[in-house]
Amino acid sequence: MGKNISFFKGFVSLALTCASVITATSCSSGGNIENGGTKSHVVVAGSTSVQPYMEVLAEEYVKFYPDSAVDVQGGGSSAGISAVGSGIADIGMSSRSLSESEVELYQFTTIAKDGLALIVHPENPVDNLTLEQIRDIYTGEITDWSQVSDQFEGDIFPITREEGSGTRSFFEEFVMDGQRITSKAIVQSTNGTIRTLVSGNARGNKQAIGFISLGVLELPGQNPVKGLQIGGVAPTTENLANGSYELFRPFLVVVGEEREESTHFIDFILSDTGQGLLEARGLVRIDGG
Amino acid sequence: MKNFKEKLSGRVFLTLALFSILALAVITIFILVQGAPVIGKHGFAFIAGTSWSPGNGEFGILPMIIGSVAVTLGAAVIGVPIGICCAVFMAEFAPSLMRTIFRPAIQLLAGIPSVVYGFWGLLFVVPFISNHLGGLGLSILAGSVILSLMMLPTIISISEVSIIVLPSTYKDGALALGMTHWQTIRSVQLPAAKSGIVAAVILGLGRAVGETMAVIMVLGNATAIPSSVLEPVRTLTTNIGIEMGYAEGEHRQALFATGIILFVIIMILNISAQYITRNKSKSLKIK
Amino acid sequence: MGARISQKIAKTLIWTIALTVIIILMAIIVFILYNGLRVINWTFLTEIPREMGQQGGILSPIIGTLTVTVLAVVIAMPFGIGTAFYLAEYTRGGAVTRIIRFCTESLAGIPSIVYGLFGLIFFVTTLGLGWSILSGGLTVAIMILPTIIRTSEEAIRSVPNIYREVSFTLGATKWQTIRKAVTPSAVRGIANGIILSIGRCVAETAAVMLTAGTVLTMPESIFSSSRTMALHFYLLAMEGTAMDKAFGTSAVLIILIFFINVVANALVNRFVSKGH
Repeated sequence: MGKNISFFKGFVSLALTCASVITATSCSSGGNIENGGTKSHVVVAGSTSVQPYMEVLAEEYVKFYPDSAVDVQGGGSSAGISAVGSGIADIGMSSRSLSESEVELYQFTTIAKDGLALIVHPENPVDNLTLEQIRDIYTGEITDWSQVSDQFEGDIFPITREEGSGTRSFFEEFVMDGQRITSKAIVQSTNGTIRTLVSGNARGNKQAIGFISLGVLELPGQNPVKGLQIGGVAPTTENLANGSYELFRPFLVVVGEEREESTHFIDFILSDTGQGLLEARGLVRIDGG
Repeated sequence: MKNFKEKLSGRVFLTLALFSILALAVITIFILVQGAPVIGKHGFAFIAGTSWSPGNGEFGILPMIIGSVAVTLGAAVIGVPIGICCAVFMAEFAPSLMRTIFRPAIQLLAGIPSVVYGFWGLLFVVPFISNHLGGLGLSILAGSVILSLMMLPTIISISEVSIIVLPSTYKDGALALGMTHWQTIRSVQLPAAKSGIVAAVILGLGRAVGETMAVIMVLGNATAIPSSVLEPVRTLTTNIGIEMGYAEGEHRQALFATGIILFVIIMILNISAQYITRNKSKSLKIK
Repeated sequence: MGARISQKIAKTLIWTIALTVIIILMAIIVFILYNGLRVINWTFLTEIPREMGQQGGILSPIIGTLTVTVLAVVIAMPFGIGTAFYLAEYTRGGAVTRIIRFCTESLAGIPSIVYGLFGLIFFVTTLGLGWSILSGGLTVAIMILPTIIRTSEEAIRSVPNIYREVSFTLGATKWQTIRKAVTPSAVRGIANGIILSIGRCVAETAAVMLTAGTVLTMPESIFSSSRTMALHFYLLAMEGTAMDKAFGTSAVLIILIFFINVVANALVNRFVSKGH
C-alpha cells in the first residue's frame, strides 16, 4: 500500500518539477507581447502564400539581430489581418489588397509581387484557357473537359481555397468578376495542398484544376504540375515582371499601431538583403533593384 | 490540529471542485452566449438553410448537418458489424497467442492521433476511390471508411470486455443444452452483452461525430449538399475547423452556434446511451 | 444439420472478417513505422524544422508537445482529482451530484475543435495570452478535465465502503480516512485516468492548432508559441511536400503513445500483483 502512495507522490513531484522549470524559464526570459521583456518579439500571422517567404526572412533577420524573435504563423490573409486587429499579431501578411473598411483601420506596405497560376495535371492536354473559360468552370457552368478541349473529356473538378484566403479573394476579384465560386468546388487550405492534389496520380487528380501562388508552381523534388497559359500568356516570373501575365497580386504586410520592433523588421524586408532573398525565391521585388 | 486539517482538507476539496465547475460553466456559457444570437436571428433558416456563404452573409448549415449524418452513419454501417465481429472473435475464437498480440495493438490503435488515420486515408483510401469508383476520391465514402477504422478499436475493446465479463454460466448452460458455439454467441452471449456493446458503439459514434482534423484531410470540404457518397462534403466539425481562424463578427457567432448544435447532438447520444444501458441492466437482474 | 452448417459458416466468416480487419489496422501502424523509422535519427530529433518542415528535424514540435502536455496535466490534475474526491466523499448522491456528473459527462463528449474555438477567443484573444504554449495548455487542460473527474470519481467510488467504515470505527477522521484508506486503493484508477489523458494530449491537434499556434521555432517560455508534433504532422501531410518528414513525425508519435500505454499497463499490473 505504501508503494502506491510513494509512486503517486513521485509522479506528482515530477509533474510539479516540470511545472516549476517551465515557469522559471518563462520568468527569466520574460517576453510576451505586452512588455517585450529583454528581447524584441514580433508576431507575424496571415497569408499562407506569404508564409514560406516570411519564414526565410525571419530566419535571416534573427541572424542579423540575435536579440530578436520573430514568430511566423499561418492562418490565411483574413485571419492575419483579423489577428492584427485583435492584437494577437503585430504584423499581418496578406496576399490580397485590403478592402475599404480595412484600409481605414490599418496601414499596409507592399513587400513583393506574386502571380496566381492556374494549374492542371501534366497529363491534361489542355495548355491554354481564357479568363472567361476559367470563370465558367468555377461557377459550375462548364462541367466537362470536352467543353474546352477536343482532346480531353471527363468531369472537371475545380479546387479552391478557403474563404479567408487572400489567394481566393484575389481569384474572386480578378477572375470571377463578381460571380460566386460553385459550392461544389473542393476546398483546401494551402497552396501546397492544392498543388499536391492536382499533381496526384489517381484518375480523378488528372481531371482537377486549381489555383496557386506562382512561387510554388515549380517545386524541385515534387510531382510536377502544369501552369495554364491565360489567353496565351505563360505563368512565368518574366511575364510577371514585364506585366504581360495579368494575374499578379501584391504581397502586403499590415500593421495596426506603430511599433518600433515591427517597423524595424519591415524595414529589413524592404532592404536590399530582404528583397534579394525574395527575388531568389521566385517573387518580383518591388524596389526596382 | 486534527480538526484544523479536517476543515482545511474539506475546504480545499470544495474549492477545487468549485473552480472546476466554474471552468466548465464558463465554457458552456461562453459558447451559448456567443452562439445564441445567430440562432435567435436566423432561427430555423440556420439549421435548414442550404447555403453556407459567410462572405455573402449566408449561414445555412443544412449541408453540414447532412454531411455529419452521412459520414457518421456510413462509419457506423461499416464499423459496427465489423467491430462486433472482431470483438466476438477476440472473446471467443482467437487463440491466446493472437490475443496477446492483438490486444495491445488495438489499445495502441485507440490512442493513435486521428490525423494518422487521415493521412492513411489520403494515401490509400482516396486514390482507391478515385481510381475504382470515380470522382476525386475526397468524399463521404472516404470519410466514412477512415472514421470506421477509428471507431473500431473502441468498439472492439469495450465489446470484447462486455462479452468476457458475462458469467460463465450463460455460455456453459447454453452449451450443455446442446446449442452450438455460434448459436450460443448469437442467442445468449450477444444479447446479454448488449448494454456494453451499445455503450461501446455510442462511444465510438461520439468520437466519430466529434472528429475534425482527420476528416478535413479526406472529405473535400465542399459547401454543397452532396448527392452521392462519392461527392465531397463538410461536416459540422470540419466547418468550424476550416473557418475559425478568420471568422469575425456574425460569422464567428455562427461557428459557435454550430458548436451548440454539436453539443446538443452529443448530449442526445449520451442520454440515449444512459437510457439503453439502464434498461438493459434492469432486465438482466430480473433474469 | 442446419445448426452445424450455420456454425461452420459463422465461424469462417468471423475468422475471415476479424483477421482481415485486425491485420489492416495493424498494417497502418507497421506501414507508418516502416516508412518513418528510417527518417528518425539523432539529427531528426535534435534539429528544428526549416523550409516549412521540409528540412531539418522536429525538435521544436517535440518540445511543444511535451510542454503543452505537461502544462495541461499539471493544471487539470489537482482540479480534476480534487473535484472527484469532493463529489465522491463529501456529497451524498442526490440531485446536485447527478447534475454535476451529467454536465461533466456531456462536456467530456464535446468535440475538441469546439474547445479550440473557445480557447482561441477566450485565452488567445480576450485574455491576451496570444498564441502560446500557455493558451494551448489551458485549453487542453479544460478539455481533459471532465475525463479526469470522471475516471477519478469512478476509481474513488469503487473503493469498497468497508475500508471507510473500518477506518471510522478505528477513530479516524474523514481526512485521515481519505488519506490512508481510500487513496491508496483509488490511486491505480486515478493514475490510469491521468495517463489516458496524457495520451489524449499528445494526440491532440484541433485544440492546439489555433491556441498554441503553428510557429516552427523553439519556444522560449510558456508565453511563446510552438507547434506540437501532431499538428506538425497534420500540416506536413496536407502540404504533401515533405512526406518523409511526415512519416518520421508520425512514427515518433506512435512510439511515444506506445510508451505511454506500456507505462499505463505496467501500472495496472504492478498494483494488481501487489494486492492488498
